[in-house]
Amino acid sequence: MSVLLPKKTTRRTVLRSMMGGGVVSLSMPILDCFLNDHGTALANGAPIPVRFGTWYWGMGHTPERAIVPKTATSPGIEFLDETKALIPHKDKLSYFGNFNMPLDGRSNYTHHSGWVINRTGSAPEAGGDIPAPTLDLLIADVIGNGTRFRTLDVTSVSLARENYSARNTYNRAAAEVDPVSVYDRIYGPEFADPNKADFKPDPLVRLRKSVLSEFSEQSKDYMKTLGAADKARMDQYYTSIREIENQLELQLQKPEPNEACVVPQRPGAPEEDEVIKVREMDSVVETHKIMSKILAMAVACNQTRVFNMVFTDNFANVRRVGETFTHHLLTHEEAIDAELGYQPLTYWFNVRAMEGMATFIETLESIPEGNGTLLDNCLVFASSETNYARLHTIDGVPVYLIGGAGGRVKQGMHVVGGGDPITRVGLTTMQIMGVPIQTWGTNSLQTSKPITEILV
Amino acid sequence: MLTSTFTKIFRTAAAAGIAAVALTACGEPEPATNGAPADMRRLTAEQYRHVIHDVFGDHIEIAGRFDPLVRTDGLFAVGARKAPITVAGFERFYEKARSIAAQVVNEDNRAVLLPCSPADSSAADAACSRQFFEGVGIQLYRRPLTENELETAVAAAGTVADELGDFYAGIEFGLTGLLVTPNFLFIIDETEPDSSSPTGVRLTGYAKAARLSFLLWDSGPDQMLLDAAASGDLHTAQGLEEQVERMMGSKVLLARGVRAFFEDFLDLEKFETLEKDTTIYPAYTINVAESAKEQLLRTIVHHTISKDEPYPGIFTTRETFIDSHLGRIYRIPVTRPDGGWEAYEFPEDDVRSGILTQMGFLSLFSHPGRSSATLRGMAVRELLLCQKVPDPPSDVDFSLFNDPDAPSRTARERLTAHSTVPSCAGCHKITDPIGLGFEHFDGVGQFRTTEQGAVIDVSGDVDGVPFDTAKGLGQAMAEHPGVPACLTNQLYSYGTGRAPQRDEREYVRWLEAGFAESGYRLRALLRDIATSDAFYAVSQPDRPSDDVRSASLEETTNTERGS
Repeated sequence: MSVLLPKKTTRRTVLRSMMGGGVVSLSMPILDCFLNDHGTALANGAPIPVRFGTWYWGMGHTPERAIVPKTATSPGIEFLDETKALIPHKDKLSYFGNFNMPLDGRSNYTHHSGWVINRTGSAPEAGGDIPAPTLDLLIADVIGNGTRFRTLDVTSVSLARENYSARNTYNRAAAEVDPVSVYDRIYGPEFADPNKADFKPDPLVRLRKSVLSEFSEQSKDYMKTLGAADKARMDQYYTSIREIENQLELQLQKPEPNEACVVPQRPGAPEEDEVIKVREMDSVVETHKIMSKILAMAVACNQTRVFNMVFTDNFANVRRVGETFTHHLLTHEEAIDAELGYQPLTYWFNVRAMEGMATFIETLESIPEGNGTLLDNCLVFASSETNYARLHTIDGVPVYLIGGAGGRVKQGMHVVGGGDPITRVGLTTMQIMGVPIQTWGTNSLQTSKPITEILV
Repeated sequence: MLTSTFTKIFRTAAAAGIAAVALTACGEPEPATNGAPADMRRLTAEQYRHVIHDVFGDHIEIAGRFDPLVRTDGLFAVGARKAPITVAGFERFYEKARSIAAQVVNEDNRAVLLPCSPADSSAADAACSRQFFEGVGIQLYRRPLTENELETAVAAAGTVADELGDFYAGIEFGLTGLLVTPNFLFIIDETEPDSSSPTGVRLTGYAKAARLSFLLWDSGPDQMLLDAAASGDLHTAQGLEEQVERMMGSKVLLARGVRAFFEDFLDLEKFETLEKDTTIYPAYTINVAESAKEQLLRTIVHHTISKDEPYPGIFTTRETFIDSHLGRIYRIPVTRPDGGWEAYEFPEDDVRSGILTQMGFLSLFSHPGRSSATLRGMAVRELLLCQKVPDPPSDVDFSLFNDPDAPSRTARERLTAHSTVPSCAGCHKITDPIGLGFEHFDGVGQFRTTEQGAVIDVSGDVDGVPFDTAKGLGQAMAEHPGVPACLTNQLYSYGTGRAPQRDEREYVRWLEAGFAESGYRLRALLRDIATSDAFYAVSQPDRPSDDVRSASLEETTNTERGS
């Protein structure tokens, strides 16, 4: 019986994978400056890996209530009342404002174009269209090997479809919506505790892997008869099988001891309730807290190096008890308070989102790692799909880069885009994470200019 | 429609050894088509469940989620034709496969589900393994396993059995392997040369059987259908007709197939994420939501299949079913002591008749805390009339019609204000005259006559046909020519997993004519599709590069688009 070893990602693999994602040009090897490791090492001397994540919230910011604008890039972010939850973390993140999303004549598909452009570098051609792979997956292709999960995708808003990570329109995994399920998936029987003294590979795992490989090989006969589109889908199928084989292979190896890894408590099963209230904001906030802890520890325990967290979805299907309108509808239907100068209920939701982001930061920061914290070794791309939801504006969509990326980035910067395409942020992010890419995006969104001001 | 006369034509033609030409009841021959390139569709979640339960029994538990499909051209069934298996999706399939296989061989089930016992349960038994995998393999792959495939399963089972000293563990591992192969997870259009076909190929008998079975039963072929495929009967008009008649004779399985279609057609998957504000609608619980969906489906199946009544009657029928959960909201006493389902007929003077006045439709196409004339109107346009409502403009400043000094009290007042903005008016004129007709029902479908103290006006029109009540709206829908045309188009798309091709337009018109001739009986339409050549027509797989983004997308992942 054959036993397939985990496939190593080669430069050719990376190239092939990335060329499927629209116009990119590549440069190899990776620029040394992006591999500059100012971080610390694990107790055994091994370098701490830098991990990547995204954090998403719907509906952007309230104008003039979030960040005081600047005219030039410089250290220091002036937070306003909507973002005041971020003030304690001002030295752990950078803010990117005044970057644009030129559409080249394409429509602004409301609440869709913004996130698609931000994460794929290309404007969609239709509502629902995802024209290129999202940046988290391009990063995962480079750093995601050697862990059980290439990515972990979770959401606190209980809409599994609303995962802003995809290879294309149809190749989009569902997000985990239930804390118990995601906990069991990560820390269930297949989890090998790195700090356990005794480790015995489970013989059943080896057999499972072997059998899977046999069936995988046998299925390849069918490939010869397929059309081009189906071949692409079968390629994805075999990629998926290899990922599971890798997972099984890893279960056969003793994990390195890892002090940062402390298996969290299994969340309690939700109480039986006849009432559905998972998208009440209070529930969303609570679920997000639980999910954040599970996810952060999965990262610390080296179960994944790429993660995606959705706090609220792009249509903000969240509500406040007793309100007839959801957050999204409020952005359109709520009148601007003449005295306050903004929409107060909408603002209330936006504040909750920023508090959620602060919670996420605190969770990553609460896990010691090396001489610092997990946050120091992460880079989190936090963004929304719109700047001002009431008008669906996509120019100026706020982006935050959170965490130290292992010492590769300056933090506490307010970066002013000056109308440049927002793809500069994504390009810089990918380069920091080691993706060998010099140009990213299509049409007017194409850029070759990383934001060097934030690089160490 | 196939009539008894038509049956005779088929039989005469078959006996004479000539190819039969399908005719509608009005005698028009089926227009020739070339079909579409052979490809493959990922099993939907329901299809997966049905196949497993049909093969191993309803007691096999299938836990957990499936990767969602993208709704395309108004159907998940069409999205399935583009769906890959993502890494996370495969992981889910693998978990399910392991769980199912473990259940099949557990001590409670093995005696029933395995056709043989091993000579020694602590060792491999190739003969017994082979018997098992041959038996389940044909049901899971929807064709016999090749010798290579069979040998892979038997060898895997043998290795595991020898290593673990457990014959059943071997079967478990082998079955797990079968359940994650593409041959199981995808419905594959396997073809064979056919000199009589304009494309030079045709579906194999087994692939034909699968297409038919998933249309009528939402599951894989049963043994009789597989036998018909093996014998070549499905390639004859008579053999095909006999199988279609047999399958349509199974009330339970046909009802399951029709339910599956309407779940997709009406986008009832939305119930999975439906949520209402319980301070506004305290009576709306999980149980109520589940019952509301069930009521819709029971009404439709009863009307179209059990009674074989005209399809447009689903918009006017007073006959339905209720249980104790719905009874509380409809304020109808449920007489069954266990609170279970019972038939109910709304009185003639009741405000409700037809599925559009049922809680399922009304609550599904509303906001969590209020009704939505726009969402309801859009659902009627897009789902029931197959019309595309344009996406809302991105640059509307709603403050133009939000007057804090004179706030709107009713939906009509609010939407009238929207219509003052030219860029909004275009779409609202399409949706609102219909949607406002439902305003006597709140966000969960409870009856009301006023909103915030103002009397609700529910008059409107559907494409020029006026109405002044929701019942009148139902009547207008029942008489709308777009209703049967939309159903015909979508049912065919559902069965083939793709929108009709350019050269199939005449064929679809032929189906519509047959449907009309039958008095719009769904059974007749199903029969026409299932016995037509076009339904099985394929061409060579699409060799050149195929743009996976070329399909017309209908983004329905968001539950709120309009106001």
